[in-house]
Amino acid sequence: MDDPLLLARIQFAANISFHILFPTITIALGWVLLFFKLRFNRTGEAAWMDAYKFWVKIFALSFALGVVSGITMSFQFGTNWPGFMNTVGNIAGPLLAYEILTAFFLEAGFLGIMLFGWNRVSNRVHTLATVLVAVGTTISAFWILALNSWMQTPAGFEMRDGVAHATDWWAIVFNPSMPYRLTHMLLASGLTVAFLVAGVSAFRWLRRDRSPGVMAGLRTGVFLAAALIPVQIFVGDMHGLNTLEHQPAKIAAMEGIWETRKGAPMVVFGLPDEATKSNRFEIAIPNIASFYLTHDWQGEVKGLNSFEHRPPVAPVFFAFRTMVGIGLLMLAVSWLAAWQLRRSGEVHRHVARVLVAMTFAGWIATLSGWYVTEIGRQPWLVTGILTAKQAASGVAAPMIASTLIGYLLVYAGLLAAYIATIFYLARKSAAPADHSPAEPVRAGGATAAGEAVAAAL
Amino acid sequence: MDLTPATWLPVAFAGLMGFAVLLYVVLDGYDLGVGILSGAAEGEHRDRMIASIGPFWDANETWLVLAVGLLLVAFPQAHGAILGELYLPVAGLLLGLILRGVAFEFRAKSVAGHKVWWDRAFIGGSTLAALMQGYMLGLYIVGFERTAANVSFALLTALCLVAGYSFIGATWLIMKTEGELQRRAVAWARGTLLLSGIGMVAVSVVTPLVSERIWDKWLSLPNFVLLAPIPLVTAGLFVGLSIVLRHLPTRTDRFCWLPFAGAVGIFMLGFHGLAYSFFPYIVPDKLTVWQAAAAPESLMIIFVGALVVLPIIAAYSAFAYRIFWGKATDLRYY
Ligand code: HDD
Ligand code: HEM
Ligand code: HEM
Repeated sequence: MDDPLLLARIQFAANISFHILFPTITIALGWVLLFFKLRFNRTGEAAWMDAYKFWVKIFALSFALGVVSGITMSFQFGTNWPGFMNTVGNIAGPLLAYEILTAFFLEAGFLGIMLFGWNRVSNRVHTLATVLVAVGTTISAFWILALNSWMQTPAGFEMRDGVAHATDWWAIVFNPSMPYRLTHMLLASGLTVAFLVAGVSAFRWLRRDRSPGVMAGLRTGVFLAAALIPVQIFVGDMHGLNTLEHQPAKIAAMEGIWETRKGAPMVVFGLPDEATKSNRFEIAIPNIASFYLTHDWQGEVKGLNSFEHRPPVAPVFFAFRTMVGIGLLMLAVSWLAAWQLRRSGEVHRHVARVLVAMTFAGWIATLSGWYVTEIGRQPWLVTGILTAKQAASGVAAPMIASTLIGYLLVYAGLLAAYIATIFYLARKSAAPADHSPAEPVRAGGATAAGEAVAAAL
Repeated sequence: MDLTPATWLPVAFAGLMGFAVLLYVVLDGYDLGVGILSGAAEGEHRDRMIASIGPFWDANETWLVLAVGLLLVAFPQAHGAILGELYLPVAGLLLGLILRGVAFEFRAKSVAGHKVWWDRAFIGGSTLAALMQGYMLGLYIVGFERTAANVSFALLTALCLVAGYSFIGATWLIMKTEGELQRRAVAWARGTLLLSGIGMVAVSVVTPLVSERIWDKWLSLPNFVLLAPIPLVTAGLFVGLSIVLRHLPTRTDRFCWLPFAGAVGIFMLGFHGLAYSFFPYIVPDKLTVWQAAAAPESLMIIFVGALVVLPIIAAYSAFAYRIFWGKATDLRYY
C-alpha cells in the first residue's frame, strides 16, 4: 500500500461514495416532503403533517451529512487531483462555480427557514422555502452531473497547448450522455427515498405503531417506487445504448464480452478473468445481449479484446449485475406491495418485512451504478484527454494513507450513527407522549409566535 | 498595463475570493466561536447557545465552499499548490467541520445518553476547525516554510484565531441572548478580547519580518503614513470595545449589538491588512494572481454569473437573518 496514485483513488472513491449516499436521499426527500406538505395544505388531514414532521427530521440529518461530506469533496480535487484542474479547469471550473452559486446557497439559505422557521413565517412562505430547498438540491445534481457526464463524453471544447478550452457551452453542459445520466440519477434518488420511506414506515407498522403518518408514509413510498421503477429500467436501457455509442469498452466490461461477435449472448453469471481474457463458470443465454444492445438478434457487439484501453472488468461486471438485480427486485417487491395495498389497504406481514430489509437497497444500487460508470471509464479520468495517473498529486503515500484511515473511521462511525438514529426515531415516534402538539425536538419549549401558527393550523 | 480581461479578471476574482473569505471568517467565525464557548456552558445555556446559530451555520459554511471553489476554478494552480502544502491541516479542518456539522443534528435526535458525546464532538469539532484555520493562516504567512520558528508562529496564530473566533462568538451571544447567559457572554468577550489583541499584534509584527517585500510595502514612505489608519483604527476599536464591554449589559439592552459590530470591524481591518500585504501574490512570493489564473473566457462566464447571482444570494440571506432576528428562542422543527 505505498502507491500514492492507488491511495488517492481509494481516498477519492471513499469520500465521494460516502458523500453521494446523502444527496441521493436529500434530492428526492425534499420533493417528498413538499408532497406531504401540499397534501396537508389541501386536505388538512393530520396524517400528512405527521408524516412531514417525522421525515423532516431525517431530511435535516441527511442534509447535514451531505453538507459536511460535500465540503470534504470540494477540497478533494485540489488535494488529490491537481492535474485535473490544470488540464480541464477551464471547463470544470465554471460548472462547479455555477453549482455553488445557483444551488448551494439556495439550499443552505432556505434550509434554516424550512427547518426552524415554521412558527416565524406564514404557511405560504414556509411552503416556498420547502420548494426552494428541493429545487436547490436538484439544480446541484444538474450541474455536477453535467460535469461528470462531460468527463465521460467530452464535447464542445478544443485542446490548446495541452489545456482544454471551451468553445461551445451548450454542447459542454448538454453533452451526449448528460440527459441520460441526469435522468437515471434523479430516478435513482427517487427510488432510494421511496424504499427508505416504505422501509421505515413498514418497520413502524410492524411494531404496531399506528400513528397517522405511518400508513401515509407506507403508501407514498410503495406507490412512488412502483411508479418509478419501470421508468428507471427503461431509462437504464437507453442509458446503456448511449454508452454503447460513446464508451463501448465500458459496455463490453459490463456485459463480460471478450470477443467481438455477432449474436452476442447475455452473460448471467461468470467470473471474468483478466489473465485468460475469458469468463470462468460462465452461464449465458445466446443472442440476448445483441438484442438489447443493438435491438437486432444478430447485431455485432465489440468485445474487450478489441480495445486498446480497457477498464478493470470484474468490478464493473459485478457492480452492473448488482444494480440490475436490485432493480428487478425493486420491481417485484414494489408491485406486489402496491397490489396488496390497493386490494386490502394493508401489506402482508412478510412483504412488510421484505420492505424493511430493502430500506437501504437504493443506496446499494446507486453506489453500484456509480462504480459501473466510474470504474468503467478507467484508465481515463476524462475520456480521451486525461488519465487518472496524469492528474495525480505529488503528496506522499504515508500522508494520504493516514488521512484515508482517518476518513474511513469517521465515515464508518457516522454511517452507523445515521442508520441507528433513523431507526431510533422510528421506534421513539410510536411513544404516545410524542404526539402532543408542542413536542420540542430540540430542547426547550414553544415560542410565542408559535401559538399563532398552531391556532392557524 | 492596459486593461484587457486577462489583466483585470484575475484581480476581480482575487477580490471576490477575498470577499468570500472575509464573509466566511466573520460568519462561520461567530458560530465556531459559539461552538468553542459552549464548552464553558452546560444544560439549558448550551442548548440556547446552539439554538442561536442553528438556522445559520449551514449558509455560513457555504461561504467557505465558495472561497475554496473560487480558488479552485479561478486559480487552479494555486489551489493545488496551497492545498498540497496544507494537506494535513486541511484534513484536520475537515474533520473538525464534519464533527461540528453532524453533531448539531445528532445531539438533538439520538438516544438521550449519547447527547453528551455529541456535545463533545460539537465543542471539539468547533475548536479543531478554528485551530486548523489559524495554523493554516500562520503557515500561509510564512510562505509554508516549516522551520521551528515558523511552526511556533503558526501555533500561535492557531491559538489566537481560537481566541478571535471565541470573541466574535461571545459578541454574537451578547446580541442574541438575554439574562444570565448574556452576562456570561460579556465576561467571555472581555477575556477573549485581550487574547485576540495579542494575536493581531503578533501577526502584524511577524508578517513584515518574514518578507522583505511586505516590509517595504508597509514601512516605506509614503505608504507608512497612508496606511497608518488601519492599525490606528484597529487599536481604537480594541480600546473602545473594552470600554463598552465594561458597561454591558445595560438595562434596556439597546446597545447589545455594539460589540458584535466592533468585532466585525476588527476582523475586516485585519483582513484588509493581510490582503494588502499579500496582493498580488496568491501563493506567497511564488505565484501572482495573473500567473495562477484560469483562461479569461472561462473566468468571464463565471464573473457574469457571479454578478447576477451574488446580489440575489445577499437578498435572501438578509431575508433569512430578518426572519430569525431578535433574541434566540429554542429551536423546533416545523
Ligand atoms: C447527484 C448529486 C450530487 C453529486 C454527484 C455530488 N453532489 Fe455534492 N451535494 C449534492 C448533490 C451532489 C446536494 C444534493 O446538493 C447536497 C447534498 C446535501 C446537501 O446539502 O447538498 C450536496 C452538498 C455538497 C456540498 C455542500 C454544499 C453546502 O454547503 O450546502 C459540497 C461542497 C459538494 N456537495 C461538493 C460536491 C463535489 C465536489 C462533488 C463531486 C465530486 C459532489 N458534490 C457530488
Ligand atoms: C456521486 C457518485 C460517484 C461515485 C460513487 C463515484 C465513484 C468513484 C470511484 C469508485 C472512483 C474510483 C475509480 C477507480 O479509480 O477505479 C472514482 C473516481 C473519480 N471520480 Fe467519481 N464517483 C461519483 C461521482 C463523481 C462526480 C460527480 C465527479 C466529478 C464531477 C467524479 C469525479 C471523479 C474523479 C476526478 C475520480 C478520480 C480519478 C479516477 O480514479 O478515475 N465522480 N469515482
Ligand atoms: C434495472 C435496470 C437498470 C438498467 C438497465 C441500468 C442501466 C445503467 C447503465 C447502463 C449505467 C451505466 C451508464 C454509464 O456510465 O455509461 C447505469 C448507471 C447507474 N445506475 Fe443504473 N440501471 C438500472 C437500474 C438502476 C437502479 C434501480 C438504480 C438505483 C436505484 C440505478 C442507479 C444507477 C446510478 C446512480 C448510475 C450511475 C450514474 C449514471 O451513470 O447515470 N440503476 N445504469
